[in-house]
Amino acid sequence: MAEKMELHEVEVWDGNMAASHALRQAQVDVVAAYPITPSTPIVQNYSQFLADGQVDGEFVMVESEHAAMSGCVGAAAAGGRVATATSSQGFALMSEVLYQAAGMRLPIVLCVVNRALASPLNVNGDHSDMYMGRDAGWINLCSYNPQEAYDLTLMSFKIGEDLDVRLPVMMHQDGFICSHTAQSVRALDDDSAYKFVGDYIPKNPMLDFEKPVTYGSQTEEDWHFEHKARQHNDHMNSFPVIERVFKEFKELTGREYNLVEKYHMDDAEIALVALGTTVESAILTAEELRKEGIKAGVVSLRVLRPFPFIQIAEALKGVKAVATLDRSLPGGALGMLYNEITASLYHSEHRPLVTNYIYGLGGRDMTIGHLKEVFKETKANADAGKLTVPIQQFIGLRGPKLTFY
Amino acid sequence: MSKEIKNLKEYSKAAERFEGAHLLCPGCAHSMIVREAINATDSELVISSGTGCLEVSTAVYPYTSWDVPWIHIGFENASTAVAGAEAMYKALKRKNRLYQPERDVKFLAISGDGATYDIGFQFISGCFERGHDMMYICLDNEVYANTGGQRSSSTPIGASTTTSPSGRVSYGKKEKKKDIVQIMAAHGSPYVAQVAPNKWKDMVKKLKKGFDAGGPVFINAMSACTTEWKFDPSDTIDVSDVAVDALVFPLYEIENGTKLTITYRPKNVLPIKDYLGLQGRFKHLMKKENAHIVEQWQKDVDAKWEYLQRREEAGV
Repeated sequence: MAEKMELHEVEVWDGNMAASHALRQAQVDVVAAYPITPSTPIVQNYSQFLADGQVDGEFVMVESEHAAMSGCVGAAAAGGRVATATSSQGFALMSEVLYQAAGMRLPIVLCVVNRALASPLNVNGDHSDMYMGRDAGWINLCSYNPQEAYDLTLMSFKIGEDLDVRLPVMMHQDGFICSHTAQSVRALDDDSAYKFVGDYIPKNPMLDFEKPVTYGSQTEEDWHFEHKARQHNDHMNSFPVIERVFKEFKELTGREYNLVEKYHMDDAEIALVALGTTVESAILTAEELRKEGIKAGVVSLRVLRPFPFIQIAEALKGVKAVATLDRSLPGGALGMLYNEITASLYHSEHRPLVTNYIYGLGGRDMTIGHLKEVFKETKANADAGKLTVPIQQFIGLRGPKLTFY
Repeated sequence: MSKEIKNLKEYSKAAERFEGAHLLCPGCAHSMIVREAINATDSELVISSGTGCLEVSTAVYPYTSWDVPWIHIGFENASTAVAGAEAMYKALKRKNRLYQPERDVKFLAISGDGATYDIGFQFISGCFERGHDMMYICLDNEVYANTGGQRSSSTPIGASTTTSPSGRVSYGKKEKKKDIVQIMAAHGSPYVAQVAPNKWKDMVKKLKKGFDAGGPVFINAMSACTTEWKFDPSDTIDVSDVAVDALVFPLYEIENGTKLTITYRPKNVLPIKDYLGLQGRFKHLMKKENAHIVEQWQKDVDAKWEYLQRREEAGV
């Protein structure tokens, strides 16, 4: 039996430590992992828990991220709780198996500490890995700070393992800005955390020899489509389960999570939409601007996949202009948030003006000053009733101004 | 615990955990090896397969040939898939959560030479270094047969494949076959062996020994490929017999990384030309201008046999 840890009411943890404790408290059966900056400490912390007798599960230190996710798939199919962590190039290397994990409906939890993708090589935070994996069929949850990284990692198990969902879950946190920044975290005690997550519910485990199962069969044009459609259907219909888990978590901790988060949106005329740590800066900026009489608000996607198509349009109802902030640059296109949010707004009665700002690539700072500028340009759009700036712009980029459309 | 099977008749009565209903080519040696491997143990089995002929022929939805838990992820990671399952077994055992705790369980990965010698090599090496309690069987047909006969690093020199074709100015593949058995033995594995399905008693003995060895065990199984080696489907065993008698596939085992034992010594060693002449993939080597390839290959086979015998004598 693993030794329980006595935690303080308030711990000082960075995002990595928060995720490590969530894995420990969920009593994960198998962690198969390969270290990569900036998610390495998640794996290191877990190794220390193991060395100190605070974890009962198996820890398999494999030889690559591809092997990490392969081992996770084998372990999850065998029939138990599985988790791992990665970033960037490691995420890219495991991408083949990400699709297979989802296709086999294995509720693996992957702590993604977001980082830029090479080339050029860069160890700092942006959302390129998150964007790369967004079509892999996983549920994607996004956090802003270590507290949320802890909360959402615990909730990831409960969501993914739900028998109506049965899909793997990625829990995203920003590299370094969240993963390496120590903050106050109110953790549950070990018993309450495990009780919340609950026992793992087996479904078609390979280790049940009374009912041998075949995983990873072949389907061609005759059946592949039906399999993928069924998977998509369950993914799209996972919203009620996600919301139920958020609700149960709120009842336990008082901390509230929503599919789409809204800040100062009740009377907002303009809004920014962002993911991750930038959301907190944007909230502070909106609060400053409100002192100047600008009715600024902030919206964020807590759940990127399944994409809350209805809820995001609902959250932006009533605003005149929106700026979508993408911390990744989809090669040769407008930002993902821009494209997906405008698609959702196209079907709403109310169609605000929408612009796209690419920012923070490779860890470039996004300051309150930058955010103020974005808000002010958005306000100018709102006031003019038309776009006064190009659709796609770049924040904090040196050299000649770059814009598109 | 392994069971004793003394003759082929007993085989025919052994429990079928790998169904005869599959899509492998008539004359394919894969199914013989797999069936005999599964029959070599009474323990429960968890099996993984990499993408390849075996996989695409045995698990086409909504059918399966596997009456044992089986998983396929990708081309390269059958080893790690079953290693993950083995890790879960250990975790659930420690936590008293096994579904049938009283049963003995073995973990087996089966893949082709493309998945073993090439794309999955790193994964296998990792699994062996970590010491998972598993057996890995390579169905070695010396070619990417599933995708239409491209060369692998197991393809021998001179073989004509679709990516190393013989032609007006080429004698086929230019490179020699990789020595996977020695490489795996160098990992310090408790048991590594080369087997051939025509020598089934030798093969079964080794499989049983492997299942009981504890730790990562590697078996390289010659699997004559009627389609890509280009011989008649009824000749699989005959071709295999000539392969081992010509010492192209010497049968031996290596215990704990060092102790080498030759397990089959042909009474009459055949020239490799007899082996090559049976297969369409080597047809062009019979031409006068390619005689030097055959000659060099024969020298290599002789030298390897000499090496194996000396290793055996030396006991190191």
